[in-house]
Amino acid sequence: MGNRSMGFLSNDLIYSAIVVFALAFILHAIETAWSVRSGEGRNLDRSRTERVARNATGLIVLADLILLAGLITRGLSAERLPLGNMYEFSITGAFAFTTAYLVALKKFQIRWLGLFVAGGALLTLGTAITLLYVESAPLVPALKSPWLVIHVAAAIISGGIFLLANSIAAVYLILEKIERNGTRGSWAARLPSLDSLDQLTYRLIALVFPLWTFSIIAGAIWAEAAWGRYWGWDPKETWAFITWVAYAAYLHARVTAGWKGKKAAWLCLIAGSTFLFNYIYVNIWGTGKHTYSGL
Amino acid sequence: MAKIEKDRTRELREIGGYSLLRYLWRLLTSMRTALILLLLLGLASIPGSIIPQRTQNPFQVQDFFAANPTISPWLDRLYLFDVFGAPWFSAIYILLFISLIGCLLPRLNHYRVAIFERPTRPPQTFESSEGFFEVDGDMDRAIRWLEKNRYRIERFDGSISAEKGYLKEFGNLLFHLSLLLILIGIAMSSLFGMRGEAIVNEGERFINTPVAYDNISPGRLYSLDSMQPYRIDLDDFTAKYNPITNQALDYELKVKIRESTDAKPREGVIRVNKPLTFGASRVFLQATGYSVLVTVRDSSGVVTFQGPVPLLPQDPNLTSAGAIKVPDMDPGIGFVASFIPTIERDPVRGAFSSFPEPLDPQLLLAAWQGDLGMDEGKPQSIYRLDTSKMERIALISMKPGESFDFKVGSITFDGYLPWVNIQVIHDPGKRTALFGGFLALFGALGMLFIHRRKIWIRLRGDSQGKSLEVAGLATSGEEKLREDLVSLKEFLSARAGEGKGE
Repeated sequence: MGNRSMGFLSNDLIYSAIVVFALAFILHAIETAWSVRSGEGRNLDRSRTERVARNATGLIVLADLILLAGLITRGLSAERLPLGNMYEFSITGAFAFTTAYLVALKKFQIRWLGLFVAGGALLTLGTAITLLYVESAPLVPALKSPWLVIHVAAAIISGGIFLLANSIAAVYLILEKIERNGTRGSWAARLPSLDSLDQLTYRLIALVFPLWTFSIIAGAIWAEAAWGRYWGWDPKETWAFITWVAYAAYLHARVTAGWKGKKAAWLCLIAGSTFLFNYIYVNIWGTGKHTYSGL
Repeated sequence: MAKIEKDRTRELREIGGYSLLRYLWRLLTSMRTALILLLLLGLASIPGSIIPQRTQNPFQVQDFFAANPTISPWLDRLYLFDVFGAPWFSAIYILLFISLIGCLLPRLNHYRVAIFERPTRPPQTFESSEGFFEVDGDMDRAIRWLEKNRYRIERFDGSISAEKGYLKEFGNLLFHLSLLLILIGIAMSSLFGMRGEAIVNEGERFINTPVAYDNISPGRLYSLDSMQPYRIDLDDFTAKYNPITNQALDYELKVKIRESTDAKPREGVIRVNKPLTFGASRVFLQATGYSVLVTVRDSSGVVTFQGPVPLLPQDPNLTSAGAIKVPDMDPGIGFVASFIPTIERDPVRGAFSSFPEPLDPQLLLAAWQGDLGMDEGKPQSIYRLDTSKMERIALISMKPGESFDFKVGSITFDGYLPWVNIQVIHDPGKRTALFGGFLALFGALGMLFIHRRKIWIRLRGDSQGKSLEVAGLATSGEEKLREDLVSLKEFLSARAGEGKGE
């Protein structure tokens, strides 16, 4: 199979993944609506909604596998790992995000997050294929380095986990507001306690912080080999540093200053937005050395 | 919060001199201050990514000045075009690191003792402690489980106390000390480092001496006399481009390397991600362009200028521009030169290059006569012709091998060759910084994933040594302790159920 047709196959797979994510999203939406409605007065048949939710998870697994196949064919068509431009970062990022969710699902009761995960994956893939799409091609010389693969892969996995942690922190804040104004509604009643959401966010951040640190170190090693300096305050580097500092502050605030709950969740969201800002702003409007790897 | 402030001011008024210092020291090294400084450091970096920075792109700073003439001088006064070298930025991170050292010293001192400490006696009653349970089993077996799980065990009469996770604090200290190490590495890089650039034509050689550089910026403590005089002969340079997108695919520079001027040469190759290394110095291939070979003769046919003239690329397709200056003629002759590797013409843009390789090369010249302004001793760019005291006498377009006669002489376009921009970077701090980075990573892993926890076990007095009371205490990561307690309980109950079986 030629490189170009392999590239087209990849596009078809990405489109298929979008369709399956959409189905998963619909199932999660139905399940959510159901549990909200049946909570009002009538007795809720938990096994029925649970079955729907499990099917939705199955669809997310399927979509994730299709997405993986799309990534592999994309890589084969360009004869390199699919980490060379913003389109590829986005689809790999969506894969990292959903995989982080599925792995976390094995350990924690977070099936309820499926609605957000399927929705997030849909948004990311949709933007990627409509706005960011570029045909697959080899890399410019400066990007040809094993450290690029290591650096970008670590950054993308970190991104997936950051996004997951921030989704949970956002849900925490919503639930906190609901609880402050009364008791939880029927939809919110299924979600874990505020305390365990808070704890979950912290554990995800504690998990991702060393990985993010490693990603920055790998990037510095690559920058030293490509540009002769390991750190140059290029906008991307600056924002990677800001994200690092912000999450260091989050961990500090939690562990030593005893911040919990609302304050910690806000800090987590602020830190997370620096990551998102770095990804969107610096790639599209920035001027630094990282921009040629972008669009 | 407000109350605390009031208390502090009162405290301030009551104390003087030495105790004021001690108060400031305690304030600086408090956790809250460290946290604020950390967030401030993040905030302070933001302008550096939004406003153009001199260290990265001085031309953009010039453009910014031109576009915002009123606000720019003010921004400049606040060091906003050089954020990462600004006094206020330095102030934040210096304070942060002092605060860090202030936090670390007492903790290091404490840890020196604490690492050898034995677990302390269990509390009198621990029914209300974490994960309390009673189980039938014997103490020896419980100890076996604790040993297997690498708990540090201390026996008291009728009870034991066990503790693990001593390395958490080690990870924590290592992480923070490593940040200091990174800072030291960065300081070494900037004080003892050097960076320089030189444009060298294919076929020429580069000898590492201060005069060989077009520009050189040594660190404050770098000695120019100590440069290793290695020699690099640039034998052959090839650039490959994608014929559809025109993007560079690969650069390769074949060189002969001599560690010193009289050493034996060895072959080598430099690529974009593969610099040459001489100790802490590395030689990078940074950019490429074209030099044109021209010969200028005066009206009697005497050669007044000959040689390669490097031109600077103006676009990704290597349309190159520069100047040829011939001061040895009277009046002086100069050319504004433009070399186009693959010529294409357009009614709007005029002549431009459509591909970076020389598929249809042409040299466009504007010949000027008059005062080149080179005698006044003012430094001049070799790429720019100062035509203010000159008069244009001809416009020339030439293919390689062609000649052109202008009023007072002639010029021949002999050919072209590629040049490369060699960037030499001497960075003696990078290994320290990298080592610090990896130590920080290991420290972070220890600090975040090791949990300090205690387990207490006591024989129930009324059970003749058959029943145990168990509880625990975790300073972090309660779930880890809970898992351990569950596992211990299963281990003890398994014994109770199976009799003597393991």
